[in-house]
Amino acid sequence: MRRAYFKNNWIAALVVAPQLLIIFVFFYWPTSQALYWAFTFEQPWGGGNEWAGFENFRAILTDGRYWDSIKISIIYAAGATVLSMGMALILAVFADRQLRGYKYYRIGAIWPYAVAAPAVGLAFRFIFNSSAGIMSYVNAAFPGFWDPILNGDHALLMVIIAGAWKQVAYNFIFFLAGLQSIPRSLIEAGAMDGATVLRRMRDIQLPLLAPTFFFVLVINITDSFTDSFGIVDTMTGGGPARATNLMVYKIYVDGFQGLDYSGAAAQSIILMFLVIALTVIQFRYIERKVHYT
Amino acid sequence: MANIDIRQVRKSYGKDEVIHGVDLTVNIGEFVVILGPSGCGKSTLLRMIAGLEDISGGEISIAGTVVNDLEPRQRGCAMVFQNYGLYPHMTVAENIGYALKVAGMKKPERLEKVRAVAKSVGLEEFMDRKPGQLSGGQRQRVAMARAIIREPKVFLFDEPLSNLDAKLRVQMRHEIRRIHNRIKATSVFVTHDQHEGMTLADRMVIMNKGTIDQVGTPEEVYNRPATVYVAGFIGSPAMNFLSGQISAEQSVILLADDSRIEIASDAARRHAGALVQLGLRPEDMTLCAPGAGHLTGSFDFYEELGSSGLYHLMIEDVPFTVLSSIKPRFQHGDQVGVLADLSKLHVFGAKDGVRIDMDEQVIRQMEPAE
Ligand SMILES: Nc1ncnc2c1ncn2[C@@H]1O[C@H](COP(=O)(O)OP(=O)(O)OP(=O)(O)O)[C@@H](O)[C@H]1O
Ligand SMILES: [Mg+2]
Repeated sequence: MRRAYFKNNWIAALVVAPQLLIIFVFFYWPTSQALYWAFTFEQPWGGGNEWAGFENFRAILTDGRYWDSIKISIIYAAGATVLSMGMALILAVFADRQLRGYKYYRIGAIWPYAVAAPAVGLAFRFIFNSSAGIMSYVNAAFPGFWDPILNGDHALLMVIIAGAWKQVAYNFIFFLAGLQSIPRSLIEAGAMDGATVLRRMRDIQLPLLAPTFFFVLVINITDSFTDSFGIVDTMTGGGPARATNLMVYKIYVDGFQGLDYSGAAAQSIILMFLVIALTVIQFRYIERKVHYT
Repeated sequence: MANIDIRQVRKSYGKDEVIHGVDLTVNIGEFVVILGPSGCGKSTLLRMIAGLEDISGGEISIAGTVVNDLEPRQRGCAMVFQNYGLYPHMTVAENIGYALKVAGMKKPERLEKVRAVAKSVGLEEFMDRKPGQLSGGQRQRVAMARAIIREPKVFLFDEPLSNLDAKLRVQMRHEIRRIHNRIKATSVFVTHDQHEGMTLADRMVIMNKGTIDQVGTPEEVYNRPATVYVAGFIGSPAMNFLSGQISAEQSVILLADDSRIEIASDAARRHAGALVQLGLRPEDMTLCAPGAGHLTGSFDFYEELGSSGLYHLMIEDVPFTVLSSIKPRFQHGDQVGVLADLSKLHVFGAKDGVRIDMDEQVIRQMEPAE
């Protein structure tokens, strides 16, 4: 491969500057700020800060509510990921079978990803409203069947469904692309070998989709840890009784409502390392097992 | 074991018809080769037999059962694909045994069978490898083994050798013929390589733009091509064609350069005045002194083929080739005589391209057979 080199370093610097600037302003600067806060006692109204060492982290990690939040986040991540990947896979499999009009269907199925999280939250808040939405009919038949305002489990389920719905489109695109890149002759060979449609899906298409599946899995899990803020904020505000107080949302609540900057900063550092660790572990140890040849 | 009956089969993609009403019968245990240039519909026809492509019109039956509406797995055919279609995530053994696994055969029995088949195609050392770790020839063998193990009623091949190098291709060709002689499954083999077709076929089917031009043994197709198209397609180096007209008075074909080729008088009478294409194979002629033969041309260039040489001449602006094992030397532009073996003339109608038989006896022999 031929590489192009810039003779003049100034031009090279100029070309990469905007990108570096963006990364600096939106990643390194806030991250370093958070790090600074996490290791100091930050005054709510400004003023001098005092070096705290690991005191902020100790305080958080010994707080039972923080561990509750971690537990809820893991349930949310698992639930939303399984649900959205499952739905996306089913949709992609049908789209891949090229039912009539699948091209329009494909475009239609991609739309939800373009909808902002708070909008998704609002829409689902209406759908799952126990007295006005679709669930109100169910409640009329079985009083008390659905009540996300008072019942924490219901609230969490509601948030999981909304989060999954938003993610389905993204997963669908990748699954469909993955399925379509499987050579037709493999599926035809399967048909000649006597396998039914379902059998071919199980023995040929799904195993060959494994690399895509893995990639989508990593993206979904990390996303559900970091990108769930909008949905929680519009749908439940973390309630009832902190039942949907996911880690990202707790950072916001502690920091901007409780004005505990140091604690919030420490939490965001923990979350950041959690996401990094998850990604590294998954790429290191799982990805190896899903490659052929 | 089964015969295949193809009756008036058509195939359209949208408005485009690509197969125009094809009739063909493949007998039990026969090895039929479908030969034709790229895009003539060979694969399409084969895939319709396999059940991978819908049949737009007509009927295909296997062993007497119409299979138009049957799934591939209900038809009892095995197929070897051009790019092999091996499952990349399965080992060689799993690839070969997959059909049996799907059919529900127990594992010990299956493994034993896989081992036996793998041995018969020389794959026993590679059982635990994935297809990505095999050479092209080994993959080809896996594809063959995968088809053989099912003991299918019908074997279908879609250009299975075209991804191999020349030497391996010849070797695999022999191997396929050997396997066929052993298991005697009814086979349909698609190729665009005429050598492959000639050497493998019991009977050949020559396709041309979605129709069948001729069905016959390799010998028949070579010696008595039914159309100009078949004549030009079969044989290498390719047949030469010269335009002419049949003259009944002189019992000759009169060519553009005024040379005359004698033909039987009754044939000449029957086709008096007909405009024709005269076909002559390079190997059915010899070189001689100018004027001494049937034709005269000017020497253009020479191609060395090893045991013989191919002489390129120009006869009235028409390129013309003669194969010769004695190798005289000429200068560009030298006049060269050509002596033709008149018993091996091929004559075709200039308009319809259909063969005109010059030899009365042959016609009588051929008729009852048809
Ligand atoms: N899915 C399709 N849609 C539209 N036209 C098609 C389709 N598949 C094949 N054709 C057309 O049908 C004709 C026959 O194709 P086919 O694949 O049978 O050719 P072939 O004889 O096997 O050629 P090759 O030697 O290149 O494999 C071609 O003109 C091709 O363009
Ligand atoms: Mg083809």
